[in-house]
Amino acid sequence: MIKNGSRLRSQVCDTEVIVVKSSDSLDDLRAGGVAMVAIDGEKAADAALDAEFADGTVMGKRYVDESGAEVLVTKAGAGSLSVGSTKLALKEAKPLPASD
Amino acid sequence: MSISLLLDMAASSAPDRVAVVSDELRWTAGHLNTLTEGGAGVIQGSGARTVAYVGTGGALLPLLIFSSARAGVSFAPLNYRLSGVKLRELIDRLEDPLLICDSDYVDSVGGYEGRLLRSEDFLDAAASADPVSEMPEPDDVAVVLFTSGTTSAPKAVELSHNNLVSYITGTVDFASADPDDVALICVPPYHVAGVGAALSNLYAGRKMVYLRSFDPAEWVRLINSERVTTATVVPTMLDRVITEIKRAGTTLPTLRNLAYGGSKVPLPLVRTALELLPEVGFVNAYGLTETSSTIAVLGPEDHRAARASDDPAVVRRLGSVGRPVPGIEVEIRDELGAVLGPDEPGELFVRGEQVSGKYTGIGSVLDENGWFPTKDVAVLDAEGYLFIGGRSDDTIIRGGENIAPAEIEDVLVEHPGVREVAVVGVEDAEWGQIIVAVVVPEEGADPDPEELRTYVRGTLRGSRTPDRVVFRDGLPATPTGKVLRRELIDELTLDAAVGGAGQ
Repeated sequence: MIKNGSRLRSQVCDTEVIVVKSSDSLDDLRAGGVAMVAIDGEKAADAALDAEFADGTVMGKRYVDESGAEVLVTKAGAGSLSVGSTKLALKEAKPLPASD
Repeated sequence: MSISLLLDMAASSAPDRVAVVSDELRWTAGHLNTLTEGGAGVIQGSGARTVAYVGTGGALLPLLIFSSARAGVSFAPLNYRLSGVKLRELIDRLEDPLLICDSDYVDSVGGYEGRLLRSEDFLDAAASADPVSEMPEPDDVAVVLFTSGTTSAPKAVELSHNNLVSYITGTVDFASADPDDVALICVPPYHVAGVGAALSNLYAGRKMVYLRSFDPAEWVRLINSERVTTATVVPTMLDRVITEIKRAGTTLPTLRNLAYGGSKVPLPLVRTALELLPEVGFVNAYGLTETSSTIAVLGPEDHRAARASDDPAVVRRLGSVGRPVPGIEVEIRDELGAVLGPDEPGELFVRGEQVSGKYTGIGSVLDENGWFPTKDVAVLDAEGYLFIGGRSDDTIIRGGENIAPAEIEDVLVEHPGVREVAVVGVEDAEWGQIIVAVVVPEEGADPDPEELRTYVRGTLRGSRTPDRVVFRDGLPATPTGKVLRRELIDELTLDAAVGGAGQ
């Protein structure tokens, strides 16, 4: 299971994420339909953005799957996040009042 | 993983937004970002492994926090009110430090022979140095904070990048602030709330206005001149601000949110503040240095519900610290470690990614399942609201019975003649310890000790009645409001030894 705090990037768009809550499902985390790699990992030269997974990600938003896995987008990109071919859902923000 | 990720995101999303205002300095998020890369260059060039800071902060605080992170070294803000000797003791405990020091405090560290750079010289150097940006590991130490040392020698708490990033991303919605949101920061830079404020406001997209030296009239003036929408204060500041508002009759039309924490605020003061500022959302935030600050919050709706309700269970929540924040689990345990149910007091244990529980030299105090012992006596109600009963070290043992000072303080402070009170245990040959209530009377009031003892006896059982009531002009406390109970106990013990007055 990938560690909390791990940073991953898309091979086919600019999306970068950080793992907030890990789960085994994230072993198959994809962006734009293609497996995400470590933040300093190699991008495959022939990787291409899958048009079915091109909804785009938004910086600062959190995306979740049904197993409770959660990732935070640190850099926005054109691809959609998915585990296998199941797209992740946008986590609803329940904002806390400012307390610091 | 690095806390500088938070700055990367803020600067990338809104580079031209004014992020920091401090005296004459006004920095956009983009400019702050650039300065931190130069700042990292200066730090890396020095060869230091830690950046220590003595000063009142302001814009320098976010600059140093993020410059240190980009240089891959830890940052340790120190209490500028400490004597030179004490400061050097703390600096000696840090790994290979570079000391950045405000001009006002250079004399107080006089004789320091290590690397020293004046704050303004650091700022100048950062503006022209070659940029550096390292990426630390998640468990690398980002910030070192010394505990206040009210009950023991100060401990060096290590907050990792993972602790702080988890705390911020778990409790703050990125770039969620309105364009006109402005935060007034007046908590000290060496306190976890000061570090938290620099990170959370930046991530939320709120302009930060710094008040480096707290003064209630200046606080009120700044709220209005900078159109501040949110502010955080410690209890002594809240008290002085309320007094000032009552005195001057000022209004704070832009203020939407007022958070308080750091130590317990007497309930009568909370109620007065709620009445005086009905348009403001009040937030009680509870946390420890070891938990990267806030782990439980009592929000504006909770405050309003508690005031408006007829149900005693809801009303009493005004004295609670609310419910745990996302990502935090809490447990109340008895002395044997068994987990207790609602309404059963015990010690508060906390678990979550933001919880450090790690000290330099001591290592981790987390148990085998990652739970941190807070050493606070606490109780949960049926809906999960958390009530803090005080430090377990402050528990008085009288005739074999455990007595929490907070229980008696909460009753006594409601008496109209009492402004503040601290209840401590003093050594006694017969009882082990006796209960002494140290009372600061309300202005103009002259309460009778016997009347106060009867007042307590009317609400709590007999064994909770203070054996003695003494009066004092004020309670000795840290700048964030933690009462120095040890000092009171020493005073009272000395008093008794010389057969002194005091009743």
